[in-house]
Amino acid sequence: MMNRKSAIMIVAAASVAVAAFAIGRLYAPEPQERAEEAQTPDTPQIVNIYTSRHYGVEPVFDSFTEATGIEVRFTTGTDALLRERLKAEGANTPADMYIAVDAGNLWLAAQDGLLAEVDSPTLQENIPAELRDQENRWFGLTQRVRTLMYHPDRVSPEELSTYEALADPQWRGRLIMRPSTHAYTQSLASSLIAAHGPADAREIIQGWVANEPVLIDSDTQILEALAAGQADVAITNHYYLGRILQDNPEFPVRIFWANQEDRGSHVNISGAGITAHAPNRDNAVKLLEWLSGPGQEMFASTNHEFPANPGVAPHPIIAEFGQFSADPLDKAELGRLQADAVKMLDEAGYR
Amino acid sequence: MSSSEATKGVRRGKRRFDVLPLLPVLIAGLTVLPVAVVVSALFTPSPEVWLHLWRTILPDMLTNTVLLLAGVGTGTLLLGVGLAWLTTTCDFPGRRSFTWLLVLPMAVPAYIMGFIYTAIFDFAGPVQTLIRELGLGIAVPQIRSPAGAILVMTLVLYPYVYLLARAGFEEQSGTAFEAARSLGAGRSRLFFRLALPLARPSIAAGVALALMEALADFATVRHFNFPTMSDGILRVWHGLMDLQAASEMAGLLAIFALVLLLAEKRSRSRRAYHQSKGRRPGIPAQRLSGWRGIAATALCSVVLIAAFGLPLAQLIHWATRELAVLTPGTFAVYARLAANSLTLSAAAALLTVALALLMISLSRLKGSRVSGYATRLVTIGYSIPGAVIAVGILILLAAIDRAANTLAVSWLNVTPGLILTGSLVGLIYAYGVRFMAVAYSGVESSMDKISPNTVLAGRALGARPLRLTLKIKLPLMLPGIIAAAILVFVDVMKELPITVVLRPMGYDTLAVWVWQMSSESLWTATALPALAIVLAGLLPIRLLLRIGTAHR
Repeated sequence: MMNRKSAIMIVAAASVAVAAFAIGRLYAPEPQERAEEAQTPDTPQIVNIYTSRHYGVEPVFDSFTEATGIEVRFTTGTDALLRERLKAEGANTPADMYIAVDAGNLWLAAQDGLLAEVDSPTLQENIPAELRDQENRWFGLTQRVRTLMYHPDRVSPEELSTYEALADPQWRGRLIMRPSTHAYTQSLASSLIAAHGPADAREIIQGWVANEPVLIDSDTQILEALAAGQADVAITNHYYLGRILQDNPEFPVRIFWANQEDRGSHVNISGAGITAHAPNRDNAVKLLEWLSGPGQEMFASTNHEFPANPGVAPHPIIAEFGQFSADPLDKAELGRLQADAVKMLDEAGYR
Repeated sequence: MSSSEATKGVRRGKRRFDVLPLLPVLIAGLTVLPVAVVVSALFTPSPEVWLHLWRTILPDMLTNTVLLLAGVGTGTLLLGVGLAWLTTTCDFPGRRSFTWLLVLPMAVPAYIMGFIYTAIFDFAGPVQTLIRELGLGIAVPQIRSPAGAILVMTLVLYPYVYLLARAGFEEQSGTAFEAARSLGAGRSRLFFRLALPLARPSIAAGVALALMEALADFATVRHFNFPTMSDGILRVWHGLMDLQAASEMAGLLAIFALVLLLAEKRSRSRRAYHQSKGRRPGIPAQRLSGWRGIAATALCSVVLIAAFGLPLAQLIHWATRELAVLTPGTFAVYARLAANSLTLSAAAALLTVALALLMISLSRLKGSRVSGYATRLVTIGYSIPGAVIAVGILILLAAIDRAANTLAVSWLNVTPGLILTGSLVGLIYAYGVRFMAVAYSGVESSMDKISPNTVLAGRALGARPLRLTLKIKLPLMLPGIIAAAILVFVDVMKELPITVVLRPMGYDTLAVWVWQMSSESLWTATALPALAIVLAGLLPIRLLLRIGTAHR
């Protein structure tokens, strides 16, 4: 048996050791920080990024560094918190670029004055007008289509047409949707308000709710539930199916491009802007231009998204989904209408 | 400054204005400040948002929150206290291993656990698929339900109660038990009339922590379509894009939690829980023989499998797929992530426990009422979602940085840039703010139980305060202190929003990687970093518990 004295000695010794180690680590400058302090014209160029998009970004940035010699450093985070960090850091921010998913986030960042205008002919040429800010503060880089998914044994594509048609009582108990807490649902609801006005949009949502959809807060799990036969039709982003098909080509779910007879399928974007106080603005603009051109294919394909640049071919798996027409709605509208959309979802009883 | 005057006063031996009682107030102030930033939103209310919420989702959220608290409170109390009693005072096959194994479920982040449970028991999951394939026709209860949420949260949170209740039982003296037993008290009477009341401060602290954690959670409940107040806060912030209204909701949540805490504290303020232990042995362990021993082993096994074995098996299953595509470089990355996580966790655990000790000891020196109340405030931050606290800290750190820059420019004409924001020092401070409640509750519940007689005896024998603390109080409180350190350590290992928003550029931890993968729905890819969190937490937990037991 160890006596109390030696036990305390052990605790004390361990504490001191851990504390010394921790303090040593806290005060030893990271190699990166040292590079920053010694930033002179001959040291490597850098660009710092705050990004809420992180899946597969590292190889893309590596490839940019290879092409230009500019080193990319990035910190990942959730959109809202990264914006708060930019706001709090103000003129002292180390971040040159803000990469976000969901147009609402880019719109809000621009609203809050966190993004600077970029006057670049390259970006104007590469990115279609409806996928970028009118004042050129942010640019869509990839497109994600939120559309209908169905189980081919239980539904024939002729039965499907639009988002609105899912409010028909024939779909009672046959739908899977994502809860209204998620930005994907909110943005789809915004597009309904833009297309129909608030009153009719609410009626459509109420129709969905009356059909008692199963709610699952993960697009991947929604598709798996659809495949297992829990329901017949779902609404998810297209690339989740692309990802699953990459591993399992036999996966029994088909995609249906919604609203092809009218406004087209609902498209959201991931995109980027240059921060208002970017310390390495020129490098950041170079990166943004590169992402809209040479880097497009890689940036979009790692996540099976559609490139924003119409001249770049999509990943073969999603190319097989076929041509579709996209809702031409200005993506800034999705941000502008988001708060209204959330209130409407609440009022319609969509949880 | 008044503090320097005070120091001089002490040095001159006048002792008119003592700085010591002010120190806890200062520490508490620094801890509470970011919470105050958030709560202050209540002074500028947004009535139209509240009206909208009240008409639509707020009633549901309130009901759900109360339901969650009731369920998790009952569940963690039963599991935590039951298992603690079993492993401290009974001897049965496997007891030594269960003692520390039963702590491990808390190392699994709750939202991962939520995902794993829905993945396994949902319609498309292996259980229901198997039932369909075999044509068994057994109806499986819907996992995406209030009951599912409460079950999963209970399984993740019971270790808070378990650890502190164990400490509460371990700190008890065996002599009282022998006395009670010689007077003819049976085992269950001993438990309900003696051990349970004596351990009440520890148990209450554990349940309070579990409840506050449940109150602050928003990621787990979402898997179960069970929107609570915290879910609502994030919804108002991200969905309605209204951080102001979200902060108001968070402020209300904090006040709600504070009222609960004060009520609990008050309810036991008129009782004394003193115990003298000294070198005497603790509660004697009773050997459970035959079926009772087997039942005890079975009970521990069931809990361990449900709370740890099942998620671990699922994580390992996913990880093996990931391992197949791993390159040697990935291991170096994981080693770096693990080192970062361990460093942050150890630093935060040390800091919070040391400060909590200092705060509590000093605030009791002269029974200072003011500092006593002030220090209690440090616990409320734990009930607010971490993401909201992170904003409060961010605003605060940035303000300090801005002030420093303004001064530096006007006095020295240099721009130091950001010193605290996005630095490790700022990050550790933030952990202190968030987890001081954990350290404080653990330490305080142990301190409550030290008999004033013990202290008076020491003082009568001429021990100075420092010696009294080191030689008498600390050893008596050791189990509680160690439990608190483990809780903070594991909490920081899996902490997310604060780490994500306040870490230096490119400084990643295991939890950050788990979050990155899970936020992209790449659940198989979360397996490796999640396993790494569990493994990295294993050694410190084992070590700390060993020290605790060796001390017995």
